[in-house]
Amino acid sequence: MESSISIRDLSLSFGAVKVLRNLNIEIGQGEFLVLLGSSGCGKSTLLNCIAGLLDVTDGQIFIQGKNVTWAEPSDRGIGMVFQSYALYPQMTVEGNLSFGLKNAGMAKDEIKKRVARAAEILQIEPLLKRKPAALSGGQRQRVAIGRALVRDVDVFLFDEPLSNLDAKLRADLRVEIKRLHQRLKNTMIYVTHDQVEALTLADRIAIMKGGNIQQLASPNEIYNKPANKYVADFIGSPSMNFLEGVIDISGAPQFNSDVMSFDISGYEFVDGPTGGPAWFGIRPEHIVTGELLANAPVQFDAEVELVEPMGSDTLVWAKVEGVPMHFRMDGQAEVRSGDQMRIGFDPARANIFNKETELRI
Amino acid sequence: MSSERPNGLFRNIPAKVAAIPMIITALVVFMGGSLWTMAYSLTKSKLLPKWKFVGLDQYERLWSTKRWVVSIENLFIYGVCMLIASFVIGFILAALMDQKIRFENTFRTIILYPFALSFIVTGLVWQWILNPEFGIQSIIRGLGFTSFEFDPLYNADIAIYGILIAGLWQGTGLIMVLMLAGLRGIDQEIWKAAKVDGIPTWKTYLFIVIPMMRPVFITTLVLVAASIVKVYDLIVAQTGGGPGISTEMPAKYVYDYMFGGQNLGQGFAASTMMLLAVLVVVIPWAYLEFGGKKRG
Amino acid sequence: MADTAVHPAASSEPRGPKPRKKLSRNNIIIYGTLLVVAFYYLLPLYVMVVTSLKGMPEIRLGNIFSPPVEITFEPWVKAWSQACTGLNCDGLSRGFWNSIRITVPSVIVSIVIASVNGYALANWKFKGADAFFTILIFGAFIPYQVMLYPIVIMLREIGLYGTLWGLVIVHTIFGMPILTLLFRNYFTSLPEELFKAARVDGAGFWRIYFQIMLPMSLPIFVVAMILQVTGIWNDFLFGVVYTKPDLYPMTVQLNNIVNSVQGVKEYNVNMAATLLTGLVPLVIYFVSGKLFVRGIAAGAVKG
Repeated sequence: MESSISIRDLSLSFGAVKVLRNLNIEIGQGEFLVLLGSSGCGKSTLLNCIAGLLDVTDGQIFIQGKNVTWAEPSDRGIGMVFQSYALYPQMTVEGNLSFGLKNAGMAKDEIKKRVARAAEILQIEPLLKRKPAALSGGQRQRVAIGRALVRDVDVFLFDEPLSNLDAKLRADLRVEIKRLHQRLKNTMIYVTHDQVEALTLADRIAIMKGGNIQQLASPNEIYNKPANKYVADFIGSPSMNFLEGVIDISGAPQFNSDVMSFDISGYEFVDGPTGGPAWFGIRPEHIVTGELLANAPVQFDAEVELVEPMGSDTLVWAKVEGVPMHFRMDGQAEVRSGDQMRIGFDPARANIFNKETELRI
Repeated sequence: MSSERPNGLFRNIPAKVAAIPMIITALVVFMGGSLWTMAYSLTKSKLLPKWKFVGLDQYERLWSTKRWVVSIENLFIYGVCMLIASFVIGFILAALMDQKIRFENTFRTIILYPFALSFIVTGLVWQWILNPEFGIQSIIRGLGFTSFEFDPLYNADIAIYGILIAGLWQGTGLIMVLMLAGLRGIDQEIWKAAKVDGIPTWKTYLFIVIPMMRPVFITTLVLVAASIVKVYDLIVAQTGGGPGISTEMPAKYVYDYMFGGQNLGQGFAASTMMLLAVLVVVIPWAYLEFGGKKRG
Repeated sequence: MADTAVHPAASSEPRGPKPRKKLSRNNIIIYGTLLVVAFYYLLPLYVMVVTSLKGMPEIRLGNIFSPPVEITFEPWVKAWSQACTGLNCDGLSRGFWNSIRITVPSVIVSIVIASVNGYALANWKFKGADAFFTILIFGAFIPYQVMLYPIVIMLREIGLYGTLWGLVIVHTIFGMPILTLLFRNYFTSLPEELFKAARVDGAGFWRIYFQIMLPMSLPIFVVAMILQVTGIWNDFLFGVVYTKPDLYPMTVQLNNIVNSVQGVKEYNVNMAATLLTGLVPLVIYFVSGKLFVRGIAAGAVKG
């Protein structure tokens, strides 16, 4: 199948500052791709390049098989939704939806039809005669999505569309965007710094840092098999536990640090067992206690330092042989700081990274 | 802290002491002074203010004085032309400066520097440049167009436009800076949205950006209008009101009658008219700007 | 990692940045207009400088735009120390020193009063404060002409009419609305927690002002200074109304020199005098740059 968007060798520099470095991405028809990263990683810049709002320094962009590298934003067959909504404040909702179409010289009937359809999909029919100032944040963002919708394009670009909303609304609109994608089946590229949004919405996530893509994979793979230590650390909240040590493969693979050493023969190495200095990472939710210890080949005694009850679960900060570790327990778990407890994990669920390259091994 | 709540008047003493100059200025000078002048505009004061009530006599005399009527006409012509021209030019310049141009700082510095100068300096410079014997007229005649005529300061019919040229030279930079600040305050994503919508730049300015800048326009308008009514130094330096009385302005009328003509009553009446003119602009604005917000 | 397969089409155009002509029609319009405008704005300055460096015979012959054939600084010397206003022939220097004597105390007094006042309004609100402040801001729009004479009377009553300190008071009064607004808005923009923390620590009105607010407010004081120095230096009306001839500020003296009807007009001396008068604000303007812009923007765009 032809890809919907194809980014080839794309680079962008502002003077000597390289913002995007030789990116290559293929995005399939109807795919929901999330660009995820902390601020300054280049994710919004990449989106602006795809939209044609920034001129690239090198490389090409294809949308629906057409080379649009030099095309005007309006000729690229894209719709875009912005963080600040960017609604035209002195026009009504209807005016906002139709202004671009009118300007393109579209017939009145057709405009009416499209506005009506968008309003129906987004359930903003009662708001059509209002001005943006009279709308709530969530309503404004729907109108902004509607403005992309009426353009009847194959590709939607979202630039942190939910960042200006409060937590509750953000969760609601997130679901709605997902529903919209299921209904319309458009290709969507979505920029965010919120990993929950990324994990819940995306077919694939591209994690960016310093103008490079660190990993481009499904949420599942990103979460369970992060390609490098940065991705492992970035995804997951609370973040992964890391132990510093050396892998010994003289016998059964073994992880040795200053204070502990354990067998890791359950771990699936990328290219077969590899020795040398390494980071051993284990997610807090993969550390088990109590009855589940039966399935945990590696076990330790831990001393609880701090307990954070979070309702649905409890986060425990503890020390194992003086090394800090945190892990999740049941929300009803009765733990107190100072408690001694037995914890354990299965090395099969761990992630091991080369100390130097920080790549997964 | 004492357990008894001190009397309201004696709480916060240092802040009230610090505000004394403001209170005196606001109440005694601004309000008191204005009311005093208005009251004495109803008297027969000549060399010294004298409380001899004559009703609206001073105003009747004022409006039947040719010099005053000419002053008002001039103020009107100058004001309207100044507002329109400085807004149009100022906005266009600001829009040009907003196109991510090179040397933006240099251009802004050049366009704004006259604003740092005294009106006296401005008036004198343009008096010199518009001097028909040496200035633009003589240069263009020197180029061979011997019948070329451009002597606004010596031709009573158009002298006021000579003042306008100087006024624009001094004041447009300010408008440009304010407009540019307004343009820079527009959310960049609005521009992006318009680009994705395929709206040409000029249409984006006309239908989206300018309507969004309405508050900036109104505030600037009020400021400029209030300053136009006060125009005085420029006239004194550039033409002294001449030729004849063709560039007289209300502010000059007030000064001349108060301190030169020894006819205080006329000065008071004329200045009260100036106050009225400003209030006509400022009160609706203040109402819209501050009164409306509290309710809506 | 991303798909790194080599695409057959990857080398073909369009690729990389959109080709742009250096001299596109847009650029010609933009830079053309700006250059013409810059020319119009610089022209008077150029004429002044050029004329002030010419001798009188050359002025009578040539046009005002041509550069001087023979550069002479005599007009500058004459303007500074010999130009006549009426019977006095000791040049603009007297006006210059008068302006300094007026500007320095006026700037200091007006800024001290307005900054304390703005601080009181921002952090120590008391009943009625807003009402007084509103009247004060309204006062900024009242034409000075309305208040000219009442102030004459007030100054006469306290014996300061026609004196330097009388004029300082006048400048303080008329500078107060804009400066108070400037300081009030600035202090309001500082984090309130800072002020609260200081109060919890037991600091009073003056202590907080001097130890917390002042050290954080240097930029706004510089902006206020620029605003006041240029404003007061350029003043004409108050100088002429509230002082006597031997105290006239530079602007008044300049106008008297240039627009005096006696004798032959010495344009070169006039231009030199004009430049001398404009020099102080111009230097401030060119040195302060962005701060100047910030001052007028802060002053103009409401609070």
